[in-house]
Amino acid sequence: MTETRIDRRFAAVKAEGRPAFVTFLTAGDPDPATTLALLAALPRAGADIIELGMPFSDPMADGPAVQAAGLRALRGGMTLNKTLDLVREFRKTDDVTPIVLMGYYNPIYSHGSEAFVVDAKAAGVDGLIIVDLPPEADDELCLPALKAGLNFIRLATPTTDDKRLPAVLTNTSGFVYYVSINGITGSAAPDTSRVAEAVDRIKRHTRLPVAVGFGVRTAEQAAAIGAKADGVVVGSAIVQAVADSLDAEGRATAATVPAVEALVGALAVSVRGARRPVAA
Amino acid sequence: MTAPILPNSFTTGPDERGHFGIYGGRYVAETLMPLILELQAAYEAAKADPAFAAELSNLSNHYAGRPSKLYFAEGLTRHLGGARIFFKREDLNHTGSHKINNCLGQILLARRMGKTRIIAETGAGQHGVASATVSARFGFPCVVYMGATDVERQKPNVFRMKLLGAEVKPVTAGNATLKDAMNEALRDWVTNVEDTYYLIGTAAGPHPYPEMVRDFQSVIGKEARAQMLEQEGRLPDLVIAAVGGGSNAIGIFHPFLDDASVEIVGVEAGGHGLDGDEHCASMNAGRPGVLHGNRTYLLQDADGQILEGHSVSAGLDYPGVGPEHSWLRDTGRVTYVPILDDEALDAFQVCTRTEGIIPALESAHAIAEAIKRAPTMAPDKIIVVNLSGRGDKDIHTVGKLTGLDI
Ligand SMILES: Cc1ncc(COP(=O)(O)O)c(C=O)c1O
Repeated sequence: MTETRIDRRFAAVKAEGRPAFVTFLTAGDPDPATTLALLAALPRAGADIIELGMPFSDPMADGPAVQAAGLRALRGGMTLNKTLDLVREFRKTDDVTPIVLMGYYNPIYSHGSEAFVVDAKAAGVDGLIIVDLPPEADDELCLPALKAGLNFIRLATPTTDDKRLPAVLTNTSGFVYYVSINGITGSAAPDTSRVAEAVDRIKRHTRLPVAVGFGVRTAEQAAAIGAKADGVVVGSAIVQAVADSLDAEGRATAATVPAVEALVGALAVSVRGARRPVAA
Repeated sequence: MTAPILPNSFTTGPDERGHFGIYGGRYVAETLMPLILELQAAYEAAKADPAFAAELSNLSNHYAGRPSKLYFAEGLTRHLGGARIFFKREDLNHTGSHKINNCLGQILLARRMGKTRIIAETGAGQHGVASATVSARFGFPCVVYMGATDVERQKPNVFRMKLLGAEVKPVTAGNATLKDAMNEALRDWVTNVEDTYYLIGTAAGPHPYPEMVRDFQSVIGKEARAQMLEQEGRLPDLVIAAVGGGSNAIGIFHPFLDDASVEIVGVEAGGHGLDGDEHCASMNAGRPGVLHGNRTYLLQDADGQILEGHSVSAGLDYPGVGPEHSWLRDTGRVTYVPILDDEALDAFQVCTRTEGIIPALESAHAIAEAIKRAPTMAPDKIIVVNLSGRGDKDIHTVGKLTGLDI
């Protein structure tokens, strides 16, 4: 497979001796224009990679914050095609920041897997994370995605033992996303010492970068995880910042983009500084 | 869609990856994959253990009251004129429905696996009650997720669950019905993977649930088939059951699938009619998709977002269906038809008045189909209806809809 923006970005941050900062946002929350403005703001604030959530009516692995964001987007009329439109728009002004679409299989299945991977690639998508497609179902979307030149990023979890890891890592590309807790997005805080162990364990099985997420919300957590992992993922905290900035009718306000930019900017500082020795 | 290849037998599925044709499978988050594989191994081991079967059979008899009767519904038959109608009396089981058959099997499995906490989803509350019951009997804490809408319309069952010591958690997401309860139960399960057993109440979800629930419910069909041969010396001409997730239906259908002379009909909730969105007829008005761990017929919009269905009966209010039914539909072995809310309510009353049996609104959908068909069939024909549950839980709903004051 040819090099993707994701591969290039991880190589670049590695050369800088720091972890990548991966940020999550739900497409169309609360409306496409706001998402587009947020997408432009994220790299400016220090995000290295953007995960763009594809809203789904039944997000079984998501906690309250991401669930609510998906609902806001769906109520605003968001669809899979409109998510691809957003990526296409974003690419007109940013051709380097990697975009990973994250979501559930049914809207893609409904669109048609083969057509979807072609459409996503053409729109400027770099990778996919599909929560409910385990390696046992690789022929459905993973293999077509790889063939189309998209990375297929798999989740590894605390329940993924050494026996199962090789199966999870086969056909995984771009990076491995280690889910630091058993649970849904944005729930318990990860135990950073156990995260370090898990990252080491995964790295014994793969040369891919390992990014860690689910439950990371503070600058301290981001720094602690960034000391060990190749990437730190923050999702629910950003989505919550969007929610907190909306007016009573759930519409975006003048505060929406600045609120997210400020949060991401602060987190980016700690992620970037994660490997720097603490000054005495 | 290409027509599926017709098998020599309709009872050999699923394959080792849990597929019935293109349906079924295991579409779950990675956190759950190891658990589901462990569950499958544990179930295979239990199936091969005669002690497991013996204990289940003992509990089924002495605790749940099996075998359930195959009863000639003479009053209804006379009222309709035409084919003779028999009821498979799952309403007489302990807790009042077929749901106990599955719960007894799975609670024994949970204990065998060393799990210490039970979670379940429920629509009508029958599965919640059955789960709370077996949890009380075997000393497990039990949490039941139930859509807030259903908590409201199935109050008697909510109270029963609480009496039995279960914690009932109302779910307010979505339309606050069965699908949303199932999402929430899955979220609990990914969070509490070590100690928790997810007791799914219908023949849906990721493999091995559809197969396992079917196996535990097949006692219905095995008994009915043997009882019919004993009582009438022949097989029935038609078997009818209501289909929510599909557990009572697959339970009675499965042992008849290879009896070519037996016509089999599943009844979906037609709600207010299939023209709009207010029904739950996924196999008549939906298309294949992936939800809750399996591929199956689903109610969904053009973008693949799952639609909230509607049925007067909470137990049928689910936008999907167990994967084996999807396959049986495509192969043509089973015919699936819709019955409207009003037709089910009429059948509820006809059954109550002619038989002195108050059926669950779910079961009333199956009775409604028998009411349509019996008069068109000769008097020497036999229909078996799966009376999946009793209707005590529904009296408030029926009272409200028919203007009766309770
Ligand atoms: C009495 C009764 N029948 C049928 C159903 C529908 O479920 P299934 O299709 O799994 O049998 C329910 C569900 O709650 C029920 O309570």
